[in-house]
Amino acid sequence: MTAPADTVAELRALIGVAQYEETGEFPVERGYIWTTLSSVENGNPLFWDEDVADAVTGGFIAPPTMLSVWFRPHHWAPGRSAPHLPLQIHFDLKERLGLPEAVMSDNTIIFHDPVRPGDILTTRQVLRSVSDQKTTKLGTGRFWVIDVEYTNQSGALVGVESYTGFGYRRTAGPDSSPEASA
Amino acid sequence: MSAPAPAPAPVLLLCEVTTGDRLPELSYDVTATTVVLGALASRDWRPMHHDKDFAVERNGTRDIFLNTPNQAAWFERFLTDWTGPHGRLGRMTFRMLGSVFPGDTMRLSGVVTDVTVDDIGCGWIGVDVTLSVDGDVKTTCAARLAVPVDADDNPWSRTGTRWQPS
Repeated sequence: MTAPADTVAELRALIGVAQYEETGEFPVERGYIWTTLSSVENGNPLFWDEDVADAVTGGFIAPPTMLSVWFRPHHWAPGRSAPHLPLQIHFDLKERLGLPEAVMSDNTIIFHDPVRPGDILTTRQVLRSVSDQKTTKLGTGRFWVIDVEYTNQSGALVGVESYTGFGYRRTAGPDSSPEASA
Repeated sequence: MSAPAPAPAPVLLLCEVTTGDRLPELSYDVTATTVVLGALASRDWRPMHHDKDFAVERNGTRDIFLNTPNQAAWFERFLTDWTGPHGRLGRMTFRMLGSVFPGDTMRLSGVVTDVTVDDIGCGWIGVDVTLSVDGDVKTTCAARLAVPVDADDNPWSRTGTRWQPS
């Protein structure tokens, strides 16, 4: 299935436009920090030893790679009428282009000011590009690049994530092995 | 009130690093718990990271698999095990080439690609990190991280225009 040209043009008109500004559902907190450190057996004293944290980072911070963790919505919340999806533009593209499957082929994170327990972060998503139709070993579809900008309650930039996704229709059997989910 | 504890000495200084240096390898036996714990720690509730039937039937994979945010946490741990707490990540670029499943032994290895000092005096190291299973590369990470240029330097003290991570 090929997406109508006007659909692609409408999507491309959104390139560079900040969308889906959202504030995190809860403040950055040490519970998830400890669980994450535990999941990868990370003993960096910056996150465990208050004296080291005070001396090196002026108090505890969150591991930089946890940036996106603070925006994954609760699996359920009272009164929510529609599921919130992180990287909503990615799912918009899948739906508008009629591409049921998707993988993330690469992902860049740039780390700015440290994130600290108690911070309330805000994100904005920005579509950077949508490719012409391509065929890979996974199927036929399109690549796209989405930036997610993160700021803290003071407006300081704490990071930017850039995702390259490939939305597609499968053309191979179930033995094909997608690289990563999205 | 006691005096604040003195800052610990940096573990790794820029002058101790040379292009081509290899980081100490990390090997880890992945279990279903590794995958599920990593997914839930990163608040990733998607079923392909905890429901094997879904992963097999919908994703065409042989089992549940490590999610990307948790792999990022593995790469961070691997890098800062080497630099110590003064090491500060500036940028990471991941390329996902294959999935990591329960039963796999993943190996992280890294090689220094460049050692530089920027215009502001911040010391930077480029490292290409590879996560592989049985010799097959599953994920690569090109990392740029700052380490102290001398014992009195601390990359974490850099803010605003004095921190140029990209």
